[in-house]
This record gives sequence, structure tokens and C-alpha cells, in this order.
Amino acid sequence: MSYELIGISVLWLFLYGYLIVASIDYGAGFFAFYARLTKQDHLINRLISRYLSPVWEITNVFLVFFYVGIVGFFPDTAYYYGSALLVPGSIAVILLAIRGSFYAFENYGSKENSVYLFLYGATGLLIPASLSVALTLSEGGFIVEEGGAVTLEYLKLISSPLSWIIVALAIVSVLFISSAFLTFYASRADDQPALKLVRTYALFWGTPTIIAALTAFIYLSQHNERHFQNMMDLWWLLALSVGFFMIAMWLLYTGRRYGLAFICVMLQFFSAFFAYGIGQYPYILDPYITIQSGATQESMGIALVIAFIGGLCLLIPSLILVFKLFLFDADYVKGKK
Amino acid sequence: MSELNWSRYLTEMTLAFHILFATIGVGIPIFISIAEWIGIRKKDPHYTLMARRWTRGFVITVAVGVVTGTCIGLQLSLLWPEFMRFAGNVISLPLFLETFAFFFEAIFLGIYLYTWNRFSNPYRHWLLTLPIIIGSSASALFITMVNAFMNTPQGFTLENGRLINLDPLAAMFNPATPSKVAHVLSSAYLTSAFILGMIAAFSMLRGRNNDYNKKSIRLNMITGLILAAATILFGDISAKFLFEKQPEKLAAAEWHFETGSQAALVIGGHLDPITHEITGAIKIPYGLSLLASHDPNGVVVGLNDFPRDEWPPLYVHYLFDAMVGIGFYLLAVPVLFLLISRVKRWNTYNRWILGAILAGGPFSLLAIELGWFYAEVGRQPWILRGYMRVAEAATTNPNTPITFWLFAALYLLLGIVCLVVLGRLFRNKPAELELEERRIIL
Repeated sequence: MSYELIGISVLWLFLYGYLIVASIDYGAGFFAFYARLTKQDHLINRLISRYLSPVWEITNVFLVFFYVGIVGFFPDTAYYYGSALLVPGSIAVILLAIRGSFYAFENYGSKENSVYLFLYGATGLLIPASLSVALTLSEGGFIVEEGGAVTLEYLKLISSPLSWIIVALAIVSVLFISSAFLTFYASRADDQPALKLVRTYALFWGTPTIIAALTAFIYLSQHNERHFQNMMDLWWLLALSVGFFMIAMWLLYTGRRYGLAFICVMLQFFSAFFAYGIGQYPYILDPYITIQSGATQESMGIALVIAFIGGLCLLIPSLILVFKLFLFDADYVKGKK
Repeated sequence: MSELNWSRYLTEMTLAFHILFATIGVGIPIFISIAEWIGIRKKDPHYTLMARRWTRGFVITVAVGVVTGTCIGLQLSLLWPEFMRFAGNVISLPLFLETFAFFFEAIFLGIYLYTWNRFSNPYRHWLLTLPIIIGSSASALFITMVNAFMNTPQGFTLENGRLINLDPLAAMFNPATPSKVAHVLSSAYLTSAFILGMIAAFSMLRGRNNDYNKKSIRLNMITGLILAAATILFGDISAKFLFEKQPEKLAAAEWHFETGSQAALVIGGHLDPITHEITGAIKIPYGLSLLASHDPNGVVVGLNDFPRDEWPPLYVHYLFDAMVGIGFYLLAVPVLFLLISRVKRWNTYNRWILGAILAGGPFSLLAIELGWFYAEVGRQPWILRGYMRVAEAATTNPNTPITFWLFAALYLLLGIVCLVVLGRLFRNKPAELELEERRIIL
């Protein structure tokens, strides 16, 4: 396999990782705020903060990692996306900054504050919406290069149904993934009231997720025929995704094996996400950047791949340690440590 | 105003804000580690409490450092897309390694925070500080390499406007790397020593005359002495590096126009912008030659040897002088403190010395800002020295002013809330109260 293909595969894997951990985080923020509004916060907020406090910074790194990696492997992405996305990109970064810092202020600071929690909860939905715009842009037609200047056609973007359905899909997926995870976490903590609450969230957000996914797929067929056809060729991956979704919903509904249910949700998104990514091949930004044309030179590409491998040797054991301490240590989850 | 200027101002503002938190973020883990280690070894609960309290404040500053670091990371592409496309090929390796280091630190900081009482052997918890130190210092190392590369680029050849024949390692280990990294790291540790000393000195001046604060000041001043000496030494090495590889930056800092030997060191003063005559300055004969080449007869290249449109702005002289001045102040304070503590009859913790330590905190942060402004403005007009000018690298997007104000509002908000939260964190729970709660006798 050529180095640029390894590069994009690993980056896509990291983006998937970010999709899962960030969804848990963003959704949890929203649920924490929603629960306080409806005066149910005593049920779940302790649970949420027990999980999130040790890991919120790691979540953030996943994004930076993906971003630095794609700019490193494909410097052209910095040029096109960077030039076009000045305003939307800045807004997304500002939201991320507010969210991250106010999480710390709320949790490690000395006093509970509803304004902090509101900022934290609201940004939990706005950030996935704004980040998903980058996926829409990659489909082509919104970024135009003319006379050495790259511009983003805002009007076209705002009036496109595709961009709105992708935003909607991002938001409902976040809520679904997050509630599925919290259900699992609550069951591990053996916290019945919290479990009851988050399980209804998970059951509620499952249906809109699958509807939004199908709708987005239909609009994609109108916007980018090539991408749609490629994905149709990968029909078995999409079918697998729907299958995992159905298993997950059934497990949630019957109220057992929540761990398995969450794994099914992860697999559901994994197969859909990779069908989407493989279908986009060879483009990173249709039609300006392809994986081959945009790649950095070979010596740097190889150096980056080596750095990847070395880094992963360091990261994977550390992440396993985190999981052991905060996710699979029953006493910690129950709040005894 | 042009997109170029707005891009420059926004980058300056982001870096100026980020660097405060980044510097503390690199330095404080060392002190947390030392304090926890002494606490375990000497079974002295004062030091253990010190480590806990410093960690609590540290997390807040790390959060702001992380989010502003994310800002600058993305701004690199948003504001300087041409630069990233041009040079991104050569410098992506250290940028990438930096995120690994950051990842590593993030993981172990999370573990450290939530495992204070989970290990039966206290040294195990202390061991967790080591990956935090490695991660934070390594990310400073890698990101400084990127900056060093922009000052002395190498590891490629230029052909038809594209960089080819890349050598990622040569780009990382460029001539500016060793002196820059050493100076950045030692000054970050030094700054943290004074920030922590400042906090203890502040509470002693407010009348909290207890062993906890005294031990903190003692620890901070002893390490501060070593670190200040190291920082000045690395600064001297950096000046020698400039003399050899980037003479226009040194010449601009010293208002040295005519190439010649026995060059004088200029301190302060005023420069006539047209005649280049210097008035009111203290001149140390042979000083610059000595500083640059360790030889009073050394020949130092002057600015007149460079085309006018490659001159850095000449105000960098003041930044340089102020930074060096503060550097020596930060050396003098610990020396004085240790001398006084040897004299039995005198009160070591008198008001004057506490005041001097207190002032050291803001001064050291100021020196960090001054030093970085000197380093960055001193390589104008280049973004990649000798290859790409800043003007060629900026975005063409006309929305830079809006972006600037959005970020200005963000930093204002973060700065204020961070100070309020930190203030409340320590005011609501002073060390005395916590010592009492933990049944530690003062």
C-alpha cells in the first residue's frame, strides 16, 4: 500500500475515533444541561462528570491529531480549506475553546454555575453542527478557486438541503451515541434511576438517527452522483450498518446487555463511516484535491507513517490504562474511589 | 488595513495570550513533581499539600492553554494558507510529534488528577508526574523546532517555487534548534518558579506567616537560582547563534549599523530614525563583540550590509533590553534571598524580599512576552527566512477583521473568567484551612 493511502486510512480511523469519543462528550454536555433544566440533574450529572472529568482533554486531542495529520499528509488541504473556512472555522474553534475551558471552570473550579453549564450544553450541539460543514464541503461545489483566490459560496451552502441534512444527522447521531454510551455506563455503575432516564434518551434518539442517515444518502445522490454510486457498490457495508443498528435498538428495548448494545452502535457508525469514506476515494476535496495529487512528498510521508507507528505504541497502552482505571474499574464507576 | 495586517495582529494576539498559559503549563509539572516527591520522602505533609494545591490551579491554566493552543493550530491554516501549503511539507513531522506529546500529557494528567488515593504505594502516584513532565516539555521542544525552522530553514531544495528533496530530520534539527529549545525550556521553568513563589509571597504579605508558605518560597528560590543562571547562559548561547546565523536580528537588537570589530553594547537610548544616531544610551565598549564572539576584537556584521527591505523593525532593541534586564533581576532575587537566609540576625522573610519575589511573577511573564516578540518581530519581513515573506503567505479572505474581533472577545472572556476562578479557588480555601482539615499542625 502506498504511504498516502496508509496516511488517509489512519486519519480516517482517527476521525472515526473522534466521532465516537466526541459524540459521547458533546451529547453528555447537552444531557447534563437538559437534566438541570428539567430538574433531573441529581440523577445523572454525577455519573456524567465521573466519566468525563478524566478524559475531556483526551477527546480534544483526537481532533487536533486528525487536523495536524491531514495538513501534514496533504498540505493542499490547508490551502483550500484554510482559505475558504476562515469564518466558519474560526467560529467552530471559538466554540470549542469556550466549551473546553468552561468545562474545566465548572468541574475543577470552586462553585457550580448554571451559566457555565449552559455554555457547555449549548456548544455541545453547535460544535458537531459546525464541524460537519467540512464534510459537506468535501463533496464539492461549495469551494471555488478563481484567479488564485479560494472562496466559499455561502449562499449556495446555506440553500443546499444536503448541508442541512448533514447538520441534522450530526446532531441526532451525537445524541444517540452519547445516550447509548451513558446507558452502558449507568448500568455498570448499577445506578437504576440514571439508567432509566438515559435509556429513554437512547430509545428516543435511535429512530431520527436512521431516518436522517437515509435522507442524507438520498440528497447525496442528487449532489454528487459519483460518490453516491461508489457507496452503492459498497451496499453490503451499509446493510451491515443497518443490521447493527437494529441489534442495538433491540438490546436497548429489551433492556439487557447494554455493553453489547453500545458496541453495536459503534459498529453501526464504523461501517457507515467507512462506506462513506471509501466512496469518496480518491477525492479529499472534490475536484481540487485527490489523495495522490495532494499528498506530501515521499520522504515526509514515510517519516509521518513511522511517527504514527511510534506514537501509537505509546498511546495505545496509555489509553488502555485510562480505560482500566475509569471505564472498567467497577468501584470507580460506582463512585467508591 | 489589509488582510495581511489583520492576519498578523490576530496571530500576535493569539500567541501572546497562549504563551502565558503554555509557559506555565510546561513549567509547573516539574514543581508539582518535586513537591510531591519531597513530601513522600520526608513524610512532610506540607509538601504533599503544596503538590495538591498547585495541581488544582494548574488544571485550570492547562484548560485555557489547551483551547488557545487549538486556536493557534487551526489559525496557522486559516490565516497563512499559502505558508502551510509551501512549508507544510517540511515541518509537518515536528507538528505531528507535538500532538503526540500533547496526547501523552493529556492522558496522564487525567489519570494523575483522579488517582490521589488509589495507590497503596505513594511513589506510584508520583511516577505519574513523569509522563506529564515528559509530555509537556516534549511538546515545547517540538513546537520550538517548528519555530526554529522558520528562522533557519534547511532540509530541502527549492525548485520552480516548490520545496523538494525533503529531509524531515534536517529540518527539525536546524541550526536554531538547540539554543532556542534550551532557552525556551529553562525560561519556562524559571517563570513557573517565580509564579509559585509569587503566590506564597503574596499570602505571607497578607499575614499568613506559616511554614507552608516559607517552604514553598525556599523551594522556589533555590530552583529559581539554578534556573535563572541556566536561562542567562542559554540566552548568551542564543546571542552567539544569532551572531553566526542570523546577524540582522542581533544587529537590529543592538542598533549596530556599521560592520566592525570592537563593537559596543548599547543599552537603552533613543534612535534617530533617519540619521541612525543614538542618544542617551549607555554604551559598553567592546560589549557586543564580547557578547557575540567572546572576543573584544570580534567583527560583528551591521545592518547596513543588508538591503533596507530586509531590515527588522528597529524597536526590537527595547524588547531585547527589557528582557535581558528582567533576566538579571530574576537572578538577583534568589541570590539575595539565599544570602539573607544565611545571616541569623536578619528576618529572611522580610517585607522587601517578599515584595521582590512577588514582583518576580509578573516580571517573568513579561520577559517571556518580550523575548517572543523580539524573536518573532526580529525575523521580519520573513515568515520563512530567505524563502517566503510574510506578505506572500497571508490569506486572501476579506473577513479577517471580523475574525480578529471574535477572537479578541474570546480571549477577554477566557482571561477574566480564568482569573476569577483561580482567585476564588484559593481564596475560598486558603492553605491554613486545608491544613487544619487534613489535621496537619502548623
